[in-house]
Amino acid sequence: MTLFSIQNLHILDSAAIRLDLCRGDCLAITGPSGSGKSLFLRALADLDPHDGEIRLEGKPLESYAPWQWRRQVGYLPAESSWWLARVADHFPGQAVHLYQQLAEVGLSADIIKSPPHRLSSGERQRLSLLRLLQNQPRVLLLDEPTANLDHQSSALVERLLQTYRSTHGCVLLWVSHDREQAARVANRHLHFSRQGVWVEQTATGGT
Amino acid sequence: MQIVNLSTVDLSLAATLIAALGIISLRLRLGQTRQIFTAAVRCTVQLLIMGLILKILFAAASPGAIMIMALVMLLSAGQAVTSRMHRPLEGRWSYFLGVAAMFLSSFTITLFALLIVIDVRPWYTPQYAIPLLGMLLGNTMTGVALSMDTLTTSIFRDKAIVEGRLILGEKWRDAIQEQVRGAIRTGLTPIINSMATTGLVSLPGMMTGQILAGAAPMTAVSYQILIMFLIAGGTGFGIILAVYSTAGHLFDQRHRLRLDRLAGPD
Repeated sequence: MTLFSIQNLHILDSAAIRLDLCRGDCLAITGPSGSGKSLFLRALADLDPHDGEIRLEGKPLESYAPWQWRRQVGYLPAESSWWLARVADHFPGQAVHLYQQLAEVGLSADIIKSPPHRLSSGERQRLSLLRLLQNQPRVLLLDEPTANLDHQSSALVERLLQTYRSTHGCVLLWVSHDREQAARVANRHLHFSRQGVWVEQTATGGT
Repeated sequence: MQIVNLSTVDLSLAATLIAALGIISLRLRLGQTRQIFTAAVRCTVQLLIMGLILKILFAAASPGAIMIMALVMLLSAGQAVTSRMHRPLEGRWSYFLGVAAMFLSSFTITLFALLIVIDVRPWYTPQYAIPLLGMLLGNTMTGVALSMDTLTTSIFRDKAIVEGRLILGEKWRDAIQEQVRGAIRTGLTPIINSMATTGLVSLPGMMTGQILAGAAPMTAVSYQILIMFLIAGGTGFGIILAVYSTAGHLFDQRHRLRLDRLAGPD
């Protein structure tokens, strides 16, 4: 059953992008820098004006309030941003499964007491993923979620995301510069070429 | 008390100070010599013209003429606001929003002062209306310019933070609350400081003028207190209107941050 569908969306000078993504699908997005991968995710998060028709559970984007849309279609930018004094301040209310998830991505529970600017970019990146998961999005737009991580932490993040994907039946769109990672995590593949044309390639395995 | 009238010679003597400042600026290569002279010439010409116009206005005392005068003052203030912004809004939006904010605050408060507080008859008596509006507009303009400039600059700088908050599902008003507060605070600081130090550090120009013109000190003081409160109110409301309308203009219906609606710095 289609959870997330995209019709006639143009990014830069690309041909019309058409995609139907089902529950549990993970779409790897590859391509050189500047080919429009991040712009594609930004359009899906409704952060930039765009054309085409984007639907979640059959209902068009415009029928959702913008803040509701972004809670359900969660975008993880390549660079995380923080604006309050401590990490914990960015997790208001009862943080769901936070301590368990911190452990799962290899972070200590104390880290949420730290001021964000004291942390490494890899720590901030994982924390911003956990912050995004607090909204329990149905679709995750991930812009290189493991870019600043070492091998081990990267594997932990992959595992957390795969668990989240299977337990929530959500859709992942995963920008990666690492072809092996793309093949490992995704069952579908979208490639942005330098001319800005896109091709959906055949299933690359993975679950 | 007799008022000492100033002659052209008296003013020329004062002008030697500007000449001296210009020479120093030239020696120090501040690159501001031309600006100093241009500003001094503008100041002289504008005030002379204003004097002539006031002379005519005072003689005529017609509400229509005063309205035209007020409109010219308002539009000039709008121009000044836009020219002080590092990142104005695209199109003429900074100008429109600045003018609208200043109009709503300064004009309303001037009318409030004329009709209710001072209760002048007729309310458009130019000796009251024009100076009051001038002082309100002048100060509101400073506050509005400062706060609009701070707002657009800080939103541009904090793009990642504002979008980071939108991404997590905040509405635009929540996502820019820090930048909005910062801009309002910055705009309000001069008037708060001047209220706090007036009479202690500085003797305001209007009060000094009234005393020089022979008014009793306590009369001048009451007028000054009135003016300070009016200015604080006018500046505050003007700033709030300008900041919220500018912020609103930087987002669209879908609560997207639209930095493409900002013009780049010149």
